[in-house]
Amino acid sequence: MLEVALRHRYGRSGFALDASFTAAGVTALFGPSGCGKSSILAAVGGLLRPDAGRVALEGEALLDTARGIFTAPERRRFAMVFQDARLFPHLSVATNLRYGLRRAPAQATGPGFDEVVALLGIEHVLARRPGRLSGGERQRVALGRALLARPRLLLMDEPLAALDAARRAEVLPFLARLRDAAAIPILYVTHALDEVDALADQMVLLAEGRVLAQGPVEALAARTDLPLAARRDAGALLTCRIAAHDQACGLTQLDFPGGRFAVPLRAEPIGSQARIRLRARDVAVATEPPRGISTQNVLAAQLVWVGDATSSPEVFLQLALGPSIILARVTRDSITRLGLRPGLAVWAVIKAVTFDHATPPPP
Amino acid sequence: MMLSGEEWQAVRLSLDVATRSVLVSLIPAVAVAWALARGRFPGRMLLDALVHVPLVVPPVVVGWGLLMLFGLRGPIGAPLYEWFGIRLVFTTGGAALATAVMSFPLIVRAVRLGLENVDPGLEAAAASLGASPLDRFLTVTLPLMSPGILAGAITAFAAGLGEFGAVITFAANIPGETQTLPLAIYTATQTPGGEAVAGRLALISFTLAMLALLLAEYLARRMHLLLGRG
Repeated sequence: MLEVALRHRYGRSGFALDASFTAAGVTALFGPSGCGKSSILAAVGGLLRPDAGRVALEGEALLDTARGIFTAPERRRFAMVFQDARLFPHLSVATNLRYGLRRAPAQATGPGFDEVVALLGIEHVLARRPGRLSGGERQRVALGRALLARPRLLLMDEPLAALDAARRAEVLPFLARLRDAAAIPILYVTHALDEVDALADQMVLLAEGRVLAQGPVEALAARTDLPLAARRDAGALLTCRIAAHDQACGLTQLDFPGGRFAVPLRAEPIGSQARIRLRARDVAVATEPPRGISTQNVLAAQLVWVGDATSSPEVFLQLALGPSIILARVTRDSITRLGLRPGLAVWAVIKAVTFDHATPPPP
Repeated sequence: MMLSGEEWQAVRLSLDVATRSVLVSLIPAVAVAWALARGRFPGRMLLDALVHVPLVVPPVVVGWGLLMLFGLRGPIGAPLYEWFGIRLVFTTGGAALATAVMSFPLIVRAVRLGLENVDPGLEAAAASLGASPLDRFLTVTLPLMSPGILAGAITAFAAGLGEFGAVITFAANIPGETQTLPLAIYTATQTPGGEAVAGRLALISFTLAMLALLLAEYLARRMHLLLGRG
């Protein structure tokens, strides 16, 4: 477990950072530009010396201003991946990859050179200089270089933010493979919610240098009191199992705790897991089972919570489908028209095509 | 073109003095360039100004200053002579020192430019991969700033071939010892019938300087390719 508590002020009246959180598994530091997430990452990596704070991994303090502890970045073994790859331009890809490996302690374990090269699909560029790589290749090499340093923690500072949509879609699956191969905690800074959905276990939600909320990604996604809820893509996150593919209908059936629904055909094999963001604005509510409707998914649910209908023309609803909670967003008028109140048995109406944006298609 | 033994001596001496001056000033120049580009300390502006002094004061004044400091009774010259038996005034070593001081700002400027082209983010990346500060300097910063170092060294060498005022003031005009090309040209112009000698030496002086600058340009291009910026 990684414990982080930081206080830092840039200049006399500048931006102030005051954040503390714990992290395990893949933890996304999520927030808008300028919320301090990159500063937090730099402080954890030892590249920024905060005014006050403590950073500890598995109980070992790397930074503790109260006790005068500051471990230099090169002795923390927290490998970093940057938005701008930062490959050494004068070294070949292979030498770049081995840079951290050659400096890793002998007893450090982790995937080997050939394994990482195969994992990231960079065999064909090993002899090249970084200047001759595409943006996506460059970022894959940077990921491999960090992993080969045999770090105790991986720090990723918006590794996909500098890539265009096609390159992002190319690198994202490699990131997921690296996450599974690394078996070490990862701190992942991003302002892209789809990266959080695809990669993170935990989320630390930041705004203006402070932590607004932290917890499992699914738990935070189902909350309506966070800035997340104001986004167009606000909605519950469901971890599903690919149950069946129906080539003829062009549909894939997904099982989740509390039901099953159909989405347009997906490429993942049956039995694998997929995390689906169900946008609140794409979920309609009916008090009677609708008929003669094109929508694939009409699921029985129970209305458990109705948001405050006085302040805004749009209202969030929380629906329970078995143990799963999903969000729906309806107008204030619908609340009164249908007499929606907690405890009511309803039908959640979810169009299948609403899902196709949720995760980038596999390569 | 035939050169007399004395003329050849002046050419060889100029090459010797310029080479030694570059060797002497290279490491201090890298250190000073580092301090100026990356350092945060009081007096950084003062150091910057001090380094550039030889560019703006008359070379004679630099020579005179060296004479005061490194003369046999000077605050540095006296202990050097008494403790180590090293005498710089009126010697080839002295000519190299005077040349080094004069060309120091040229090297520092070029090295600093080279250093400022190195992204500190690369050093941060190296640190996160486990490289100590010295390791980072040797494996990342130094190779990436080497075009600047090379450009500085060659420019200083070319300029050092022709250093006149500071050399003649500090090291005097002794054939075979401190009489470099420009000093030999000057002597020839002061000698009746020396025009032919002066002309030959001036031509050599020009050719050497041009060759050095062309070499600097060629090497700079090669280095950029080698460093993967092609």
